[in-house]
Amino acid sequence: MFSLVSFLPRAIVQGIPLLLGCVGETLNEKSGSLNLGIPGVMYVGGICGVIGAFMYENSGGPFNPVLGVIIPIITCMLGALIMGLIFCFLTVTLRANQNVTGLAMTTFGVGFGNFFGGSIIKLTGAEVPSITLTATSKAFKTALPFAGKAGAIGHLLFSYSFMTYVAIVIAVLTSYVLNKTRMGLELRAVGENPATADAAGINITRYKYFSICIGCMIAGLGGLFYVLDYANGVWSNDAFGDRGWLAIALVIFSIWRPNWAIWESILFGGLYILYLYIPTGSNFAMKEIYKMLPYLVTIIMLIAISLRNKHENQPPEALGLPYFREDR
Amino acid sequence: MQDSRTPAVSMRNITKTFGPITANKDVDLDIYRGEILSLLGENGSGKTTLMNMLSGIYYPDEGEIFMDGEPVVISSPKDAADHGIGMIHQHFKLVNVFTAAQNIILGIDQDSESGKKIGGFSKLDIEKASKKIREICDLYGFDVDPNQKVYDMSVSQKQTVEIVKVLFKGADILILDEPTAVLTPQETEKLFAVLRNMREDGKTVVIITHKLHEVEAISDKVAILRKGEYIGTLITKETNAQEMTNMMVGREVKLNIDRPEPHDVKPRIEVKGLTVRSDDGLLKLDDVSFTANTGEVLGIAGISGCGQKELLESIAGLQVIESGEINYIEDDGSKSSLIGADPVEIEAKGVQLSFVPEDRLGMGLVGNMDLSENMMLRSFRKGKGVFTDRKTPHALAGKVVNDLEVVTPSIETPVRRLSGGNVQKVLVGREIERAPSVLLTAYAVRGLDINASYTIYDLINQQKERGVAVIFVGEDLDVLLELSDRILVLCGGKVSGIVDGRTADKNEVGLLMTKLGGEKVG
Repeated sequence: MFSLVSFLPRAIVQGIPLLLGCVGETLNEKSGSLNLGIPGVMYVGGICGVIGAFMYENSGGPFNPVLGVIIPIITCMLGALIMGLIFCFLTVTLRANQNVTGLAMTTFGVGFGNFFGGSIIKLTGAEVPSITLTATSKAFKTALPFAGKAGAIGHLLFSYSFMTYVAIVIAVLTSYVLNKTRMGLELRAVGENPATADAAGINITRYKYFSICIGCMIAGLGGLFYVLDYANGVWSNDAFGDRGWLAIALVIFSIWRPNWAIWESILFGGLYILYLYIPTGSNFAMKEIYKMLPYLVTIIMLIAISLRNKHENQPPEALGLPYFREDR
Repeated sequence: MQDSRTPAVSMRNITKTFGPITANKDVDLDIYRGEILSLLGENGSGKTTLMNMLSGIYYPDEGEIFMDGEPVVISSPKDAADHGIGMIHQHFKLVNVFTAAQNIILGIDQDSESGKKIGGFSKLDIEKASKKIREICDLYGFDVDPNQKVYDMSVSQKQTVEIVKVLFKGADILILDEPTAVLTPQETEKLFAVLRNMREDGKTVVIITHKLHEVEAISDKVAILRKGEYIGTLITKETNAQEMTNMMVGREVKLNIDRPEPHDVKPRIEVKGLTVRSDDGLLKLDDVSFTANTGEVLGIAGISGCGQKELLESIAGLQVIESGEINYIEDDGSKSSLIGADPVEIEAKGVQLSFVPEDRLGMGLVGNMDLSENMMLRSFRKGKGVFTDRKTPHALAGKVVNDLEVVTPSIETPVRRLSGGNVQKVLVGREIERAPSVLLTAYAVRGLDINASYTIYDLINQQKERGVAVIFVGEDLDVLLELSDRILVLCGGKVSGIVDGRTADKNEVGLLMTKLGGEKVG
């Protein structure tokens, strides 16, 4: 039977990696960088977290839950940061084509993840093609102590791991910074009209580097959340699937608004797992049709915003264009 | 010319090159406080580049800049703002989705009153900014709504926001790059009034322009550039249009347009009862009838948007026509209808549309292609087999560059790298060089400097002498009256009257433009 109390939390947890990826990509796009490398960045974030967790779990010492959480987060963000820096260097400093660079980085990121995933699986000598990081995952999944006692409401609101709340706080904070602060205004100006921002004395390169790198680190956390939280610490190659692309679709669906993306990530998460709740039996074709729903919704949204043609709902004007001051 | 005062800004031996192009060479310029200085020069003479170096967009390759006698380094727009220099660019530097206030405070990281640094994460104080914006507006007579989004603004409103932005940042030296290019005469008058207010307030204004009457109307002094070099500074009151033109062009230029007597006049295009509606059903042309003759320039006058574009496009076969007739009359008097004919067929008859739209690169030329490739856009069908003929267009490009004095590093340069006026010369040159039998031009001289404009008028007259039927849509009434043999006046899509270009006066045509048939109503 369909039960909202069991469906909603799963939709939310499913949506969090998308939300983090979406917030990261939004930060990228607001600076005028269409970073199609985000799926790769999320992959790299995931595997780097796994590497960190694996090293710590197998370091021989007693397992400290706090360190067990902090170490994977640091390695994950480092990996994502390096990916971000590569993208910045290529597209901002060398002014390479963003689409080509991004796609190359996605291909690279997925390969990187699978290579090191495979290596670790080989190191453990496991029978199944996956690694399980039980201790780390347990540390990540620590929920609020009173969640279990507060009934259905408690289950719906408080039963999640800390990363879930962190993700939502990140989304709200990003929205606030983008829309209310001086830095946000300047960043948006860079993405809308870099020549204008430049004439106003804003350092374009610095803003692009910072927003792309921070965006990538946030997106990387999405990959980490998927493995160590959602998947209970189980890494198997390619399991992350197309969530990175879904995150980019979510950026469009949320019309570049991270605070809207919170709700819409839940919708996307729900649509993504809907097939589990609708009895389709062994009809795999039906399952795949249901899995299409998030993309379908994105296309409908695109049609809707194109029809309304409101200036505020358009992508940043300079999205995808390199900027060079003395270009004529 | 000697002046005992210390200039607010002195530029000395400024040189700037872009690859093979030298935009400025050894330029010296003095700008004094409390004056309005016009910077006059033809298209591509380096006026904008020179001022961009003052505003920190470009950095000079050589030379020095002094402010109040002290050497300064201006390497970014921020440096310029710190020195009190603000520039209003020809292409507005505004973010469309921001409000006026958001655009104005963009990039300001210091509180104007306390001088304290505003942190990146601190909340924007739009209220406070709006208050200061209103104060500036009251002081100089602007009208700006701080909360209006830029995409909702008219061109003149956007320009006002640009000026307020510069004043908001405390600039006392304002540089305006061709500010009137996009304004109506009334808006221009308003702008000039504001600029005079600023001068009274002790501000320094530099206005870049190539229009002589504006120089005379607004400036105290005029500095002239030619081909990137500084020619001299004159006191506006002590000079005249002819002297300025000669300095600007470097040789004697006649300031009147020839109008050879038409000969061998025969009807060529006959339009009867032409009616055209726009996509959204508005009547654009209503029962328009006229004849265009060979060896004659038919001027089309009218307030912009009165159906001029539709009229030309109908003849060229680019418009869907609701009713009416358009006939092409051969030399032997036989008629053939142009309605429903393919634009390619119409072209084959020798009807050339040289439509020069506001966006020169949008229609007619491809920005990323070079000159000879753009010439090919008209001749690619002429190649043999699957191969295109590249030699002829290349030669043609060379001819256009020579004949029209197009300033370009080479024929292989992408068109988008040329300055606006030069782009237009390429477009008009290409159409004329094809030896048409009917030449349709709209706004052929829009944005062109004097010398180039006169070159175009000469070209049009040459075509007329060759027996071409020229239809010339213009916006400058003086030019229309000097150039055209007959003037057809459109008013709201209807023919308001057809007058003789030799006998008509400006008031008569002006009246026809605003009231149908020129009758005084009420």
